[in-house]
Amino acid sequence: MSIRLWIDDREVLAEPGERILEVAQRQGISIPTLCHHPALPVLGACRVCLVEVQQGKRREITTACNTLVQEGMRVATDTAEVRGHRAMNLELLRARAPEAPAVRELATQLGVARSRFRPPAQNPLPNCILCELCVRACAHLGHHALAAVGRGDKKRIGLPHNRPAEACVGCGSCLSVCPTRCILLKETATTRTIWGQTFELVRCKSCGAPVMTEAQRAHAIRTKQLPEDHDDTCELCKQSAASQRLASVVW
Amino acid sequence: MSAQAVIDPAELDEVLARHPQGQPAGLVNLLHDLQAAFRYLPEQALERAAEHLGLSSAEVYGVATFYEGFHLKPRGEHICTVCMGTACHVRGAARLLEQAERDLAVRAGQTTPDLRFTLEQVNCVGACALGPLVILDGKYHGSMAPDRLSRLLGKLSDKKGSK
Amino acid sequence: MARIANAAALAAYRKQQRALRPAERKAIAVCAGTGCKAFGGLEVFEAFRAALDAHGLAKTWDLRATGCHGFCERGPLVLFFPEGRLYQRVKPEDVEEIVTRTLLGGEVLERLLYQDPVTGARHEKEHDIPFYRHQRRLVLAQNGQIDPTSLDDYLVLGGYGGLVKALGMDPAAVVAEVKRAGLRGRGGAGFPTGVKWEICRAAQADQRYVICNADEGDPGAFMDRSVIEGNPHLVLEGMLIGAYAIGASQGHVYIRQEYPLAVERLELALAQARALGLLGQDILGSGFSFDVHVSRGGGAFVCGEESAMIASLEGRRGVPRRRPPYPAAQGLHGKPTNINNVETWATVPIILEKGADWFAAIGTAGSKGTKIFSLVGKVNNTGLVEVPMGITLREIVEVIGGGIPGGKAFKAVQTGGPSGGCLPAEKLDVAVDFDSLVREGAMMGSGGMIVMDEDTCMVDVARYFLGFLKFESCGNCTSCRDGLEQLHALVTDIAEGRATSGTLDLLEELAETIRATSLCALGTTAVNPVQSTLRYFRHEYEAHIRDGRCPAKVCKALIHFSINDKCTGCTLCAKNCPQKCITGERKALHVIDQARCIKCGICRDVCKFAAVDVQ
Ligand SMILES: Cc1cc2nc3c(=O)[nH]c(=O)nc-3n(C[C@H](O)[C@H](O)[C@H](O)COP(=O)(O)O)c2cc1C
Ligand code: SF4
Ligand code: SF4
Ligand code: SF4
Ligand code: SF4
Ligand code: FES
Repeated sequence: MSIRLWIDDREVLAEPGERILEVAQRQGISIPTLCHHPALPVLGACRVCLVEVQQGKRREITTACNTLVQEGMRVATDTAEVRGHRAMNLELLRARAPEAPAVRELATQLGVARSRFRPPAQNPLPNCILCELCVRACAHLGHHALAAVGRGDKKRIGLPHNRPAEACVGCGSCLSVCPTRCILLKETATTRTIWGQTFELVRCKSCGAPVMTEAQRAHAIRTKQLPEDHDDTCELCKQSAASQRLASVVW
Repeated sequence: MSAQAVIDPAELDEVLARHPQGQPAGLVNLLHDLQAAFRYLPEQALERAAEHLGLSSAEVYGVATFYEGFHLKPRGEHICTVCMGTACHVRGAARLLEQAERDLAVRAGQTTPDLRFTLEQVNCVGACALGPLVILDGKYHGSMAPDRLSRLLGKLSDKKGSK
Repeated sequence: MARIANAAALAAYRKQQRALRPAERKAIAVCAGTGCKAFGGLEVFEAFRAALDAHGLAKTWDLRATGCHGFCERGPLVLFFPEGRLYQRVKPEDVEEIVTRTLLGGEVLERLLYQDPVTGARHEKEHDIPFYRHQRRLVLAQNGQIDPTSLDDYLVLGGYGGLVKALGMDPAAVVAEVKRAGLRGRGGAGFPTGVKWEICRAAQADQRYVICNADEGDPGAFMDRSVIEGNPHLVLEGMLIGAYAIGASQGHVYIRQEYPLAVERLELALAQARALGLLGQDILGSGFSFDVHVSRGGGAFVCGEESAMIASLEGRRGVPRRRPPYPAAQGLHGKPTNINNVETWATVPIILEKGADWFAAIGTAGSKGTKIFSLVGKVNNTGLVEVPMGITLREIVEVIGGGIPGGKAFKAVQTGGPSGGCLPAEKLDVAVDFDSLVREGAMMGSGGMIVMDEDTCMVDVARYFLGFLKFESCGNCTSCRDGLEQLHALVTDIAEGRATSGTLDLLEELAETIRATSLCALGTTAVNPVQSTLRYFRHEYEAHIRDGRCPAKVCKALIHFSINDKCTGCTLCAKNCPQKCITGERKALHVIDQARCIKCGICRDVCKFAAVDVQ
């Protein structure tokens, strides 16, 4: 049975178990986010996706990414109060991650030209906003190399025992989901260095572009995500080979 | 490395054997038992705990560092804990902590280099009527004053270490 | 001890135990609660044992080490039954004299009686002492009487009678009874317990859980500790009744690791109850099966929050999650779960035993029954007090608590711990119930009540709670983790004289965002200590900011110590100064080197001539 609710005075239908954010996005209503990824479990850490929700007599400011839709809910995504609280949370994040373009842009959009706050005392990974997207992505892929460590104002992202982790395969997925791009990754022609380890790169048999790391391939074969005789051709080369085959048939 | 850093593998096996394998829900209780056996959580113990419960090192490390009650570094022979609960605070607990920091030349949460003393603070042990309170090696000392604490610590450090 | 098969067998066993100890039998109850123990309660107990043996009285006098009697300030406490006579501040050296003169000679030892600090009157009976006279002890009623390690003690006083009644009722009727009693959760939020049970009971599931929240994280509260240490079966009985009503077969007690004695008492009580068949399969032949597991917390205040507690019980980091879904629908291991506080559980057997109407007659319209507070801080009679809802703060602080020590002036009382607020003298006549306290900007909380006098700086108090909370935040939310750190930094600026006129505005703006946008109640209530002190003690903030002055003379950056001409040159301060920054000849006026002074205040404490001033 569908749930009927209102977002910015627009009547919309949603399924039970859906969250406000996904329903709004489907309607083309955009809500800013920093810690959300549709393929990963929700966390609700950045507190940027704020909306105002009225449910019966209860009215509250809450986060859209992790709030379940409910019958009769009235959601407002762009009130002055919502913008004010988003701006304050971005001002806090701006003190933590002054050089992160995503934070800076969003902050500027909300009128936060600079932060009135000092940089936090504990900030071992500069510009990290502790959104745990990296941790969630790494776990989702079955590697579980990264951890959220400590708590409170000492929370940080790191590797167990602060040394290179056996579980890390150097896939770089953590960086690709990181909204602040604050994870260090260095590549040479043959290697990739990330989280204190250097990995050999597997290159495309056809064009020579890097496809993945050796460790990543070994992990994928071990977990049967890839066949044992997986051929290391990059997607681009696979596509062009396919289109060449197609062309040879047509012409 | 100190003597404490070497852990007895048989003892480790014995603690692990008391906990059902492959049940991650038991992690916090297992960490308590490991800490009771080794006085802190050595890296090796954490790694074995992860294996035993079917968790990753990262998950276990994340949990062990989340809770204030777990110690990842070896602890001193004597533990001096200053209660920083509200009741103790309004009765001057901060001064006790400062006194202990001066006497032991370490900050709260640290252990002296000779592993004789660990200085800790705790949020409240529920003995508020006794505040300000210091716990020395498990014994409660109520209505503490900086000079009395100094004398108590002095007495302990004069005594020969047990090892 | 063999398993008890049904209610009739329990009644028979109870009768048999009662026959072994007639009510007129004389008993000595030595308090072995944490407070009295620290004052030497166990030594007193041992001295009694030896003395009774030596005088051949071991058979005539029942000697018991009991849980906390509440009057921790005057410990070690010894109670004599059946008279109810109380001796306080008893030392092992006193015991021989007590045995020969009081037990054998029937004489009352004046010096061991409690003396009222105001009137000077001595009180012989416990119930005559103002500290006890104005209390209404339901949950704590048996603490001073039973040996918490003895299930028989509990049974003799009628224990597990509430369970027997419940098992004879339909589970839905038990829920209805608790609802009718108007019991509200004692863990902080005051949610109606019966309603909570009903929701959990209605959730479709093959398995349900009940959890006892014994995490007691409020720094300044020890009610739950004392209830478990002093009467563990009462809590257990409450959980049994709740589990039966809800339809749960498994229970957990999540208990602070800082409470080893409570863990021990609880484990023992569980073993005793299992042996007697009060836990396990087919309890008292009712077909109801239930068992309880004890889990120690890891030392994280946030784990008192329900969803964080569940995460911790599942072996994860104690990070709260967005609700709904509520634990009643999706809790531990995804199953419907009902969490109640220790005191809530401990109240349940009393409601079943005495009836909902009896219970609902105590308290106010919206808040029924009694509440235990740990009355601490700058108050004469610190300890545990159980009072009927609706009593005023003044009665608690001035009558039960006996006022402020040392003739100092009362400044504020803090309730609700880190989520609560500070109320000033003008608010002392506020009734203590869930709704009135919230209206005034404080809250009931779990029961910490901290009294502050003129020497307490409210800016320092706010800073203390913020320091606690930024450390105890789970670190998930930007608003809570970074917000509290920044808020703490702003208040520190004020305390250290660095604040400007804009500081308070920024502070208030930030506090509002933390309150409005954090995920769990730790974050949303974390600003209460700041907002409530700003509401009632704004002038103190302003004195720090505008005049660079700490009115209570606490904030170190704004005070300095100096020696006045009352100095006799005794050199005591110079000897004790950790900085060695006091100079002066013997018998001559001493001087403090301000540049090196760290403002520890030791010189002021040790000076016997009040020659050290603080400005
Ligand atoms: C940060 C935080 C800490 C809490 N700590 C406790 C606690 O120590 N003990 C407790 O009983 N409830 C605590 N609570 C309240 C519980 O989440 C929950 O409301 C309570 O256990 C429900 O039981 P009750 O209905 O019997 O009060 C805490 C809540 C929060 C948000
Ligand atoms: S590079 Fe390593 S840490 Fe990053 S996602 Fe891949 S396995 Fe995880
Ligand atoms: S490293 Fe990036 S993805 Fe990971 S927590 Fe920090 S900001 Fe988020
Ligand atoms: S409000 Fe604070 S404690 Fe609660 S989830 Fe957010 S960061 Fe954690
Ligand atoms: S306040 Fe402390 S440091 Fe300063 S003079 Fe007195 S004893 Fe010395
Ligand atoms: S996107 Fe919702 S809290 Fe970050």
